[in-house]
Amino acid sequence: MTASSSAIPPIDEIEETFEFLDDWEERFSYLIDLGKKLPDMPEADRNEANRVHGCQASVWLKLDLAEDKRLAIRAASDAHIVNGLIAIMLSLFDGVSPAEARATDAKAVVEKLGLHQHLSPTRRNGLWAMIERINALTANA
Amino acid sequence: MSDLATPTNATPSTGPFDVQALRSEFPILQREVHGKPLVYLDNAATKQKPQAVLDALETYYTQTNSNVHRGLHTLSEEATAQYEQARAICARFIGSDNPREIVFTGGATDALNLVAHSYGGATLKPGDRVFVTEMEHHSNIVPWQLVAERCGAEVVPIPVTDDGEIDLDAYRSLLDERGKVVAMVAVSNTLGTVNPVAEMVRLAKEVGAATVVDATQAVTAQTIDVHELGCDFLAFTGHKLYGPTGIGVFWGRMEMLEAMPPYRGGGEMIDSVKFTGSTYAAPPMRFEAGTPNIAGAIGLGVAIEWFTAQDRQAIWAHEHSLAEYGQAKLAEVEGLRMIGTSPTKIPIFSFVLDWAHAYDVGPVLDHRGIAVRTGHHCTEPLMDRFGVPATVRASCAAYTTHQEIGALVEALGRAKELLA
Repeated sequence: MTASSSAIPPIDEIEETFEFLDDWEERFSYLIDLGKKLPDMPEADRNEANRVHGCQASVWLKLDLAEDKRLAIRAASDAHIVNGLIAIMLSLFDGVSPAEARATDAKAVVEKLGLHQHLSPTRRNGLWAMIERINALTANA
Repeated sequence: MSDLATPTNATPSTGPFDVQALRSEFPILQREVHGKPLVYLDNAATKQKPQAVLDALETYYTQTNSNVHRGLHTLSEEATAQYEQARAICARFIGSDNPREIVFTGGATDALNLVAHSYGGATLKPGDRVFVTEMEHHSNIVPWQLVAERCGAEVVPIPVTDDGEIDLDAYRSLLDERGKVVAMVAVSNTLGTVNPVAEMVRLAKEVGAATVVDATQAVTAQTIDVHELGCDFLAFTGHKLYGPTGIGVFWGRMEMLEAMPPYRGGGEMIDSVKFTGSTYAAPPMRFEAGTPNIAGAIGLGVAIEWFTAQDRQAIWAHEHSLAEYGQAKLAEVEGLRMIGTSPTKIPIFSFVLDWAHAYDVGPVLDHRGIAVRTGHHCTEPLMDRFGVPATVRASCAAYTTHQEIGALVEALGRAKELLA
């Protein structure tokens, strides 16, 4: 976990919290809170090149391999729910090595958390596109 | 807001409107969603179906199912008679005295593609202009763009005012003899605005432009009479008129239809087929290639008969009251901005919230049993006009109650607690 996104809990802590909360509104509320912990994404990075399409909400994603060959992810959305989902992606992938990223099944985590209703084709929030981009970057790294 | 549009061109109301009696005709309104009574406020997307329509579909498939215009057997003759009767019902519904002016299509989108490709494709020349309003549904923009690109013509938007009305002054100043088609929505699916279609048609006629009216949302909001409107073409769909999906109507003045080439080839639409060349049937068959949606057409006929048998004046008074109530109640929600504040609107409420994206609000409402639409509603140019990425849209039907709007406002309060 990198210092800049340390406000976001590790994924096992997120999973435990989701399991503990049994009411839909509480889980929804927790997801929104996670989104509010996202590190800032500078306005300058919210440009067309970083835009993830295929989404009702706007999503910007900046994805790099840092000098230590670890993933550096910054992303933001204008929708609270999408920011919550991005926070989960950051907890899974930000600061990890390409090998660790390849071993992570993000879609399975999202399903385990019961968030797949936010990812139905009609909602198309761009999260799948984000996962695909991470996979593409780490496939040969 | 006392001057919200109340159509006056229907028979006078015969008494107080009993919304609960009407609701009891719609089985789906009895169901629950997430353990809460369904509050269905997505009626601009599709309306629910009364028992009469459901029965008609079942009866067709259990008693009559057969292909039309082909067999000489009893079932085929019955199906053909019912299908053609539905055509006559549709004609009468929009004030046409000639059922052969009614072409059954897959929906309004299909109808608008038909007129764009057939009429537009045959008549548009380089330099010609097709005017469409800035509040058009994509289905009345994109077909024209496709055809204009092929013909070297240009699609020109007619601006919308801050209230969400057609800017008639801008329309007048844009219109000249280059305008060959004016395509306009009678009632906006996103804003609810009731447009001055007769006046817009009259202005188009002055420059000799053909006129296309998308009456999809209008057919349940006012009496439609194509001769009073003076338009050349009109489209509407069945499923927003309490009828089945997959069926719509394209109406054209007979002399226009007769001059138009076929749009799609296949069975039913021909006069004679030879490898040296085929000749085509007269309208409407010319435009109904292939086996049509027979059950859909019959169901639509029944939906129209059901709707016109209601006290429409009372329904419209009820909807007018919902429009006033909704505008006032929603204005109480903190940080809510209504998109579309025309004094002449039907109860379609499109809004943004300064504390959340439309996308965030949808699931909270859904978990309280409330169905709304979030997104751009297939009107992206209109979203750009108002500088918003998406709106929450709550839209009413005859069976909507004031309590349901109250439930929406209450749920928005809860959404704010969760999201703000």
